[in-house]
Amino acid sequence: MNPKTPTIGGKKNLITRRSAIKKMGAAAGAASALTLAPGFVRYVQAQSSAPIKLGFQVHSTGIGAAYGRWYDRTTQAAVKLINEQGGISGRPIELVSEDDGTDPKRGAEVVEKFASQHQVDLVFGTLFSHVVIGAAPRAGELKMPYFVVSEGYHVASGSLNRYVFQPGITDVRSQVSSMAPWIAGNLGKKVTMIFPDYAFGHDHRDYFSAAIAAQGGSIAALLPIPPTESSYTKYFPQIPSDTEVIYHVMVGPGVLTFVKEMGEHYGSNRPQIFGFVDSLEAVDLASPGLEFLEGTYFWEANPRYAGPNQTAFDKFYREKVGVDANGASVSDPKDISTYSHMFGCWETLYVIKQAIEASGYQGPADKARLIEATEAMTGFSASNEHPQGDKLFDGKRHQCYGHQFISKVEGQKLSVVHQTSIEDGQYENDTDYTKQSL
Amino acid sequence: MDLGPHLLLALLEGTVAAFVLAVTALGLSLVFGVMRIVNVAHGEFFMLGAVLAWFLTSLLPEMPFWGFMLAIVGAPLVVGMIAVMADALVLRRLNYEPEATIVATIGLLYILQQAVLTIYGPDARPVVAPISFRVQFPWFGYSGYKFIAIGAAALLLLAAWYGVTRTKFGLIMRATQFDRETAQAFGVPVKLVYAAVFALGAMLAALAGVLIVPLQQAHYLMGLDPLLLSFIVVIIGGLDSLKGTILAAFIIGISDGIISVFFSPTLAKIIATLAVALVLVFRPNGLFGGRSR
Amino acid sequence: MRLRLADRRIWGLHLGLIAVLFLLQFVLPDYHHTNVARILVLATYAMGYNLLVGYTGLLSLGHAMFFAAGLYGAGLSIYYFDLHPVLGFLLGSAAALVFAIAVGLIALRTTGVAFMIVTMMFAQAFYLATLYFNSITRGDEGLVLAPEARRFAFFGLDFDLAEPVTRYNMALALFVGGLIVCLMLVRSPVGRVMVAIRENEERTRMLGYNARDYKLLALSLSGLLSGAAGAAYVLLFAYMGSTFAGIQYSILPLLWVLLGGVGTVVGPLIGTLLMFYLIDKTSEVMSSYLIVVGAVLVLLVLFFPKGIAGTLRARYARWMP
Repeated sequence: MNPKTPTIGGKKNLITRRSAIKKMGAAAGAASALTLAPGFVRYVQAQSSAPIKLGFQVHSTGIGAAYGRWYDRTTQAAVKLINEQGGISGRPIELVSEDDGTDPKRGAEVVEKFASQHQVDLVFGTLFSHVVIGAAPRAGELKMPYFVVSEGYHVASGSLNRYVFQPGITDVRSQVSSMAPWIAGNLGKKVTMIFPDYAFGHDHRDYFSAAIAAQGGSIAALLPIPPTESSYTKYFPQIPSDTEVIYHVMVGPGVLTFVKEMGEHYGSNRPQIFGFVDSLEAVDLASPGLEFLEGTYFWEANPRYAGPNQTAFDKFYREKVGVDANGASVSDPKDISTYSHMFGCWETLYVIKQAIEASGYQGPADKARLIEATEAMTGFSASNEHPQGDKLFDGKRHQCYGHQFISKVEGQKLSVVHQTSIEDGQYENDTDYTKQSL
Repeated sequence: MDLGPHLLLALLEGTVAAFVLAVTALGLSLVFGVMRIVNVAHGEFFMLGAVLAWFLTSLLPEMPFWGFMLAIVGAPLVVGMIAVMADALVLRRLNYEPEATIVATIGLLYILQQAVLTIYGPDARPVVAPISFRVQFPWFGYSGYKFIAIGAAALLLLAAWYGVTRTKFGLIMRATQFDRETAQAFGVPVKLVYAAVFALGAMLAALAGVLIVPLQQAHYLMGLDPLLLSFIVVIIGGLDSLKGTILAAFIIGISDGIISVFFSPTLAKIIATLAVALVLVFRPNGLFGGRSR
Repeated sequence: MRLRLADRRIWGLHLGLIAVLFLLQFVLPDYHHTNVARILVLATYAMGYNLLVGYTGLLSLGHAMFFAAGLYGAGLSIYYFDLHPVLGFLLGSAAALVFAIAVGLIALRTTGVAFMIVTMMFAQAFYLATLYFNSITRGDEGLVLAPEARRFAFFGLDFDLAEPVTRYNMALALFVGGLIVCLMLVRSPVGRVMVAIRENEERTRMLGYNARDYKLLALSLSGLLSGAAGAAYVLLFAYMGSTFAGIQYSILPLLWVLLGGVGTVVGPLIGTLLMFYLIDKTSEVMSSYLIVVGAVLVLLVLFFPKGIAGTLRARYARWMP
């Protein structure tokens, strides 16, 4: 971890920094008031108290709704906390939420609505990749900073634009790559992959195939499942019998069926099984039919069950969001969170706070400075603000990289058996958004 | 796995799919045949059946068997009542005009789906099978409940066949289907028949939903798939033919399983979809339908 | 030449509409400015749909295929071969036309509900194909057109499709083009034969018209217009993805047209506009805004079965095309 990493530390620190930034901000405001167009005067005059408006693009309906609900809870909790602690640059956050129906067309419209109707300072929170990719070009054209929480590789791949960041959650390429060494070393080297037959699944296919080959392993078979499928048993015979490890990643409402049917197919006589927890986000591991998962392994970005190695930061975050030690809502133990994704909203909000404060951002005219300040970041330390753990941030790629976890199902709970290093998830590419004009 | 066991598994899977599909499609076919309307909300009745099954079984958490029995009786009743209301408030007022009812049932689809989203939430929730055991074949294991589902669906189909061909209500229904005006002239209460048929169609969909929910999970968007498949089945089977509907359900259900043995799954879906379209074009009355009147 | 009263009214109405749409861009706030641009593109799609359903009575549930053929035809050729956007637009429209003719040759053997299902099946196969050829289309995730690919020179003028003013007027040009095609068609002898087919196919056939040729023509034009809208969409909004080939994008034009008024020239625009703002406004108030959409649909068919423009026409302006 880089010792120079700017951290948002304890409360004391916060107050002094806030007051310092206030002074800075006032000076900057006074200076810019002289040069800015008339339309911005109102903003500058009100800078000390006017709220920072954040547009929260949320999947309240459509296929992403189960995730969207927890993204919303996490975001509400973080915003409440930040506001209690004095807001951003002394200004409270005003959260404006809009549902995009998990649809790329509506996603683009929502970004437009945020930019020109709600006139927010920044948009964040989008999860599903097709919505991100559908909306990103509009964010770029409207020069609207767009902080996504999607885990897709779209940002780091360089296919989006300078206004799009993903500072709160590691991308799928890095996640997948970092799993290969442990799988090859502990479970086996002949892997059959079962994945949804669309872009998200193909990212897994491509990057895991490459990563396992680099560990001396090989792919026994690839089983793409069409997205319209609701029953899976007929695909299992295509798993070669010499398979040592089944690698599965499914998303959407059919996941429980998938896991159950795999259990019925194999019974106790099964190869090693490794899955991405995406297959079971928002699903209770004690659900009927999931007994079969006992002794299998899962990737987790953030351990759902509070284990013996739980950090104080995780404890704090869990309590604030209202999640119990089993990863369920404190008000309803059957209401399971999307624990391996939603922390991204929390952490992204603190990155936004840090970026706004570091850039002396006052209003929309300072967006370029906000972008540059975010690009200048190098990482975040594990803290209440970054409860998932340390992260590196690559300003050229606009993407952060963190530790990943591998957990074993024991007693219908997940317990962490391995934590990857950030280096395990490194890869080469030459994306450099800073070359694009602002 | 060798081809033999592989095909056996595909056949088993296809049979389960076919039986459940037959029940769902039979509902659509009845409504379609008697009332001459396309009920786009049919899949939502299926979904409501599954969601209500989740709700009713969760009332008796300690007794999965009795919970499920409650669901199999209660869910279709509730769905049937919703259907009667939809018929009285909307469809009857539209005088069952084909185009207007399509739009109205698309509206109904949204209303039901979003009401479930609001009340029940976006999660996929599992229901415990009333009886669960695993059947071990030499090559693979198989869910025992799937055999139960097959049996239950077969019973339902038998009952439906009996009802349509051997009872007085069946006779009235067929008379109405054959010629609405004449039936009315002979004193058949057509309005009542229509309401009953619409409710019956919805209840069959709901029953299929209850049967499937221990295999899949109850989710508010689960209605689209059975809707599309039922459409295909009804068309392939021919509009006026209950027998055709059931036969078509088997062809669709089983071929879906078998094709996926030989082709990449997504390609298999593309081929199957195009095949259905072509059957329709070259046998417009379905594979088993008679000549159109 | 002296125009008849009805002709004057018709030209007055439509030229007035175009003038209003042109002037709107100077008064609309930013947000609505972009919305109207998008609505104009989608309304062109709806007009294309209306050409088929409104003037031949054939209800298609597969128009997403034509929209997406235009979207991908234009988008992919620009993405992979750096085609000039104008050429890309023409190529996309042509792709949709080819698909429409191919589908027409097969599907027009059926009518009624069977036609709905056949078109839906073809569109579903097309949707699955966009996923299957993922290595080219990136499937559901889709592809983004770079800003450079959307800047071009045409007849000595420079255009940047990311510019709001350019976008608005391009969308308006597309819409006006579609409107003129529709007006000319429905007022031509060919259009009258189409309406005659809708009203009574048997009789039209007995009068010596080959109904199938006319239906094929209507479907081809309908596909072409839908494809042109798809091609314009990817150029103006820079994104293409499988979602646009999905069944919901086949249902949407049906809703817009039914809401606005089947078989009216201005209906599709009215329907698209209303539906857009209905969703936009209700989603601010409640999360299950689709309930409202559902309820509106039900109420509409109950009380305005001819759609808005259709009802207006029946009550006040029988001359309206």
